[in-house]
Amino acid sequence: MPLAKRIIPCLDVTDGRVVKGVNFVGLRDAGDPVEIAKKYDDQGADELTFLDITASSDNRDLILHVIEAVASQVFIPLTVGGGVRKVEDVRRLLNAGADKVSINTTAVTNPEIVEAAAAKFGSQAIVVAIDAKAVDADNSRWEIFTHGGRKPTGLDAVEWARKMQQLGAGEILLTSMDRDGTKIGFNLPLTRAVSDAVDIPVIASGGVGNLQHLVDGVTQGHASAVLAASIFHFGEYTVRQAKEAMRAAGIEVRL
Amino acid sequence: MQKIAIVDYGMGNLHSVTKAFELVADGRAQVELTADPAVVAAADKVVFPGQGAMPDCMRHLEESGLKAEVLKAAGEKPFFGICVGAQLLFERSEEGPTDSLGVFKGQVVRFPPDRMIDADGNKLKVPHMGWNEMFIKHAHPLWAGIPDGERFYFVHSYHFAPADDVAVIESAYPYRFAAAVARDNIFAIQCHPEKSHRAGLQLLQNFVNWDGKA
Repeated sequence: MPLAKRIIPCLDVTDGRVVKGVNFVGLRDAGDPVEIAKKYDDQGADELTFLDITASSDNRDLILHVIEAVASQVFIPLTVGGGVRKVEDVRRLLNAGADKVSINTTAVTNPEIVEAAAAKFGSQAIVVAIDAKAVDADNSRWEIFTHGGRKPTGLDAVEWARKMQQLGAGEILLTSMDRDGTKIGFNLPLTRAVSDAVDIPVIASGGVGNLQHLVDGVTQGHASAVLAASIFHFGEYTVRQAKEAMRAAGIEVRL
Repeated sequence: MQKIAIVDYGMGNLHSVTKAFELVADGRAQVELTADPAVVAAADKVVFPGQGAMPDCMRHLEESGLKAEVLKAAGEKPFFGICVGAQLLFERSEEGPTDSLGVFKGQVVRFPPDRMIDADGNKLKVPHMGWNEMFIKHAHPLWAGIPDGERFYFVHSYHFAPADDVAVIESAYPYRFAAAVARDNIFAIQCHPEKSHRAGLQLLQNFVNWDGKA
């Protein structure tokens, strides 16, 4: 039987707490990162992703303590992203216990960081996060946006994903920017276009509101993994329920 | 109390490996992350991890001055290779021209692009990343309590191709490949038991309890 498709709960962390917002505004407190991580681990999460959205640079190091604490108690892969600007930031997060570090805005402004980090730590440790949204009416062309979705870059998402693979990215975390927090499902044509364009795994993110959306991300979006936050944080569904739904749809999962 | 040395030659994040061994040792073994050949020499058991590109790992191992002690340990005490640490035990790798340790006969090969198609005709991603099934080929004491077909976490683009019959566990992507090899006092695994939840911790605990006899 084949490799399992992965379900990855995502924890947005600011100042050491997990939060969830809609379209990057209106943050709500969702709890303590270690407690939440342990809960998902117990439910059978395949990995965990932490996105540090701390606004103040004064509090940036809090994420290192969060990762250290989680990595000492939870023995599944951990990815950390948010605010990664230098190869040194990657090193510090890996040393704190992260298995992979996700690079977003800086990959756009300074693509060499992807190459340098992959050369230094291995492609398996480097995820490139791509935030994209449709820039045409029929949802067939997608552009990269940075700075929490506010800043257009003019870069084509599919081309960009290919370029990141060439530079050494081991995985793509693809967020449907126009769907994030909306609960109407992934942007499936975008997800499929990127997944089919690269050889490395693609994690679909942004817009999950129910379990069918997770199924669609794999079957229609061709994603290797699906990431969701609020449906898990607020107790609508457990990770186990999500996996059962995927298995019922004929998708290979770890249960 | 028995001492378990985790060899730190500057390749990768060893936080999780160390924490996982500390958890399963539960005070019954002293777990030490070390770059000191003398500590490796004095240890009862040795864990040899590794991440990143195999030629870089080999170069770091040589520069660290730990190579001779690692080879000596592989020859005489319970020895646990993980990921690239396990790959280094073979003779060479397609990842680079460097000779590796040659403890096991055979090569480390890349998943060949022309074979990365599943039964439904879909293209398979490389690296092989995620949870895949582990099938017992030859029973081994370190696999005690782990069901046949249990899933472990992998992330790799290269895998062992042993020349001898040393594979004890196989996985499939899409073809069967050796996921763990063993001989006498050595057990080496391609995936990441320290990231493989309860089954992975069971394997590490079995190593803590192991007398080094296959």
